[in-house]
Amino acid sequence: MRKFLIEGLTHRPLTEPAPGPADPALEKLGLQVQSAQHQRLGRSLAIRMVDAGSCNGCELEIHALSNPFYDLERFGLRFVASPRHADVLLVTGPVTRNMVEALRRTHDAMPDPKWVVAAGDCAKDGGCFAGSYAIAGGVASVLAVDLHIPGCPPAPIELLKGLLVVLDSAARA
Amino acid sequence: MPETFQLIPIAAQALRSRPIEAQRVSRVPWSQAAHQLAEGRLTLLGLWASPSAVSMAVLDGAHHLGLLRVDARRGSFPSVGRLHPAAQRLERTIADLYGIIPEDAPDTRPWLDHGCWGLTHPMGETAPQPEAPGPYAFLPVEGESLHQVAVGPVHAGIIEPGHFRFTVQGETVVRLEQRLGYTHKGTASLMAGAPVARGAQLAGRSSGDSTVAYAWAFAQAVEAATATQVPDRALWLRALMAELERLANHLGDVGAICNDAAFGMMLAQCSVLRERVLRTCDLCFGHRMMRDRVVPGGVAQDVDTARVQALVDLVAEIRATLPSLVALYDKVASLQDRTVSTGTLTEALARRFGAGGFVGRAAGRNFDTRKHLPYAPYDQLQFRVPCRSEGDVNARIWQRIEEMEESLSLIAQILARLPSGPIAVPLTPPDASREGLGLVEGFRGDVLIWVALDNRGRIAHSHMRDPSWFQWPLLEAVIEGNIIADFPLCNKSFNCSYSGQDL
Ligand code: SF4
Repeated sequence: MRKFLIEGLTHRPLTEPAPGPADPALEKLGLQVQSAQHQRLGRSLAIRMVDAGSCNGCELEIHALSNPFYDLERFGLRFVASPRHADVLLVTGPVTRNMVEALRRTHDAMPDPKWVVAAGDCAKDGGCFAGSYAIAGGVASVLAVDLHIPGCPPAPIELLKGLLVVLDSAARA
Repeated sequence: MPETFQLIPIAAQALRSRPIEAQRVSRVPWSQAAHQLAEGRLTLLGLWASPSAVSMAVLDGAHHLGLLRVDARRGSFPSVGRLHPAAQRLERTIADLYGIIPEDAPDTRPWLDHGCWGLTHPMGETAPQPEAPGPYAFLPVEGESLHQVAVGPVHAGIIEPGHFRFTVQGETVVRLEQRLGYTHKGTASLMAGAPVARGAQLAGRSSGDSTVAYAWAFAQAVEAATATQVPDRALWLRALMAELERLANHLGDVGAICNDAAFGMMLAQCSVLRERVLRTCDLCFGHRMMRDRVVPGGVAQDVDTARVQALVDLVAEIRATLPSLVALYDKVASLQDRTVSTGTLTEALARRFGAGGFVGRAAGRNFDTRKHLPYAPYDQLQFRVPCRSEGDVNARIWQRIEEMEESLSLIAQILARLPSGPIAVPLTPPDASREGLGLVEGFRGDVLIWVALDNRGRIAHSHMRDPSWFQWPLLEAVIEGNIIADFPLCNKSFNCSYSGQDL
């Protein structure tokens, strides 16, 4: 273990610079947030992640956000275990009918102000699972979505860009 | 004279290369086969329905595969789960989706149908959902000073949804009951009537972490049904992708298991290596998880010499780093304290349920489709199938470590010997309706896909059986007698797929 600790002290971190200004498409999707809310939140957001029926591919890339290359927490973004501590609900997957109630209840448990980010092509409109008897649709069929991050699954850098848009609009008065 | 069941195995050369025909049996031999499963003479590989019949894939003691089929036009079939518990959840699924009833089944509760679809039996004789069903009837528990802990479907971490009902006495788990089906997407209904290309897309999204394994198993099934001969280079590239997928998943999971024992350093180190694998996959195949890169008839992407070199470098880097991570795991006593003798799976149970993958192999069930039901190019590659007997969390970690080493060696061999030639051929159009079976060793275990094509080459029916079907129930067994705080550790060491089992 000593070897790893010494390496940690003597080597430069692997963490990569933050992605540049988000692309205009994402910017356009940026959130309209009232100024009073920004002041209360500052530059930090707690994220509660809910898989509403994904294939688990999106989760793998969301996990990757915490690895040393992307290091999500340096931006003040962190995942929390309880919706009661969360500002952002990050939802993946086509929403299955079996998950509609759990998704809605999780959202209900979050305090205001709150945002909903839908990640992945399935979360937009059901993706390739749309039309099945078991699928309610995209996240927007259950909750009002503030931002959608496309991809199947979205690469971590795309997820990061999207989440930074949320953070920026939350911080911009 | 009463009929006696005799398995007619599918010849090894025919499996995956030619259309298969099921061994049609009547009810008596079907039940006799169920007895043989219960006695351990056969192992269940899959059990599924199509609108008029129920099919069962089994393996005999010499690793010969057979496909049995019993008529179900009367709306029922003799239950296998009555004799062989590993079949129960599959039978409950058949009842939910098709309305075909397993006669005398011990557990008649729904499994995937949570009463939310607005209809019943979506794959059979559909009817509108009569009324909202009552709460799910969890198994009753009786005893002194017991209490229940309900977890899920939404879990604390970044993980798929499912419900766990623990009954505990103090801190000790007396019983765990799982309730799954939350991610049921009705994939089989989307497959029915779809062209093969759409089927491949859906198969690759059954369990995202095993996208290569699924896409390959699906491709095998349709290639067998159409008797299409895939070029060598495509097969070798498929194996290359499959081993990269195995490596990436094992790296991620070993780190995550240790993190669940509060040893974050291992997660950080493993996730660096995992990220390196995914980035190299992105560079070489144009997608971090190599999604949609295995297609029926071949592969969608070739690699040039520069990319082969990038993969050679990746193998060298991981080989240089992995031993120090293994030593790290091996030397931290507080970590071992959590993993050794935690969540022990017995060999008897692993065999009874036909648990595949590292879960089975870490508990003494030495089965690997790459070796025991081999397919190209694995029959031309040198590798070992590690196996151990302790069956605890520690054994599953070591099992994965050794499997990573084998994968690295396989990747190196493939890169050194990659045959030249085309990477895909068009599928031979079928002359009649045909069936094919695909079996691929994913990182989690054997993925089985059955596809029936109609005479125009469209998918008539299909079934995808995730390895998790035979691992999830064992998680219920291994947690018994452990403390509830060790559940995340046990769960992660299994890492069953929710989406894969939820269909
Ligand atoms: S967007 Fe892709 S990776 Fe995400 S849940 Fe859907 S199929 Fe899976």
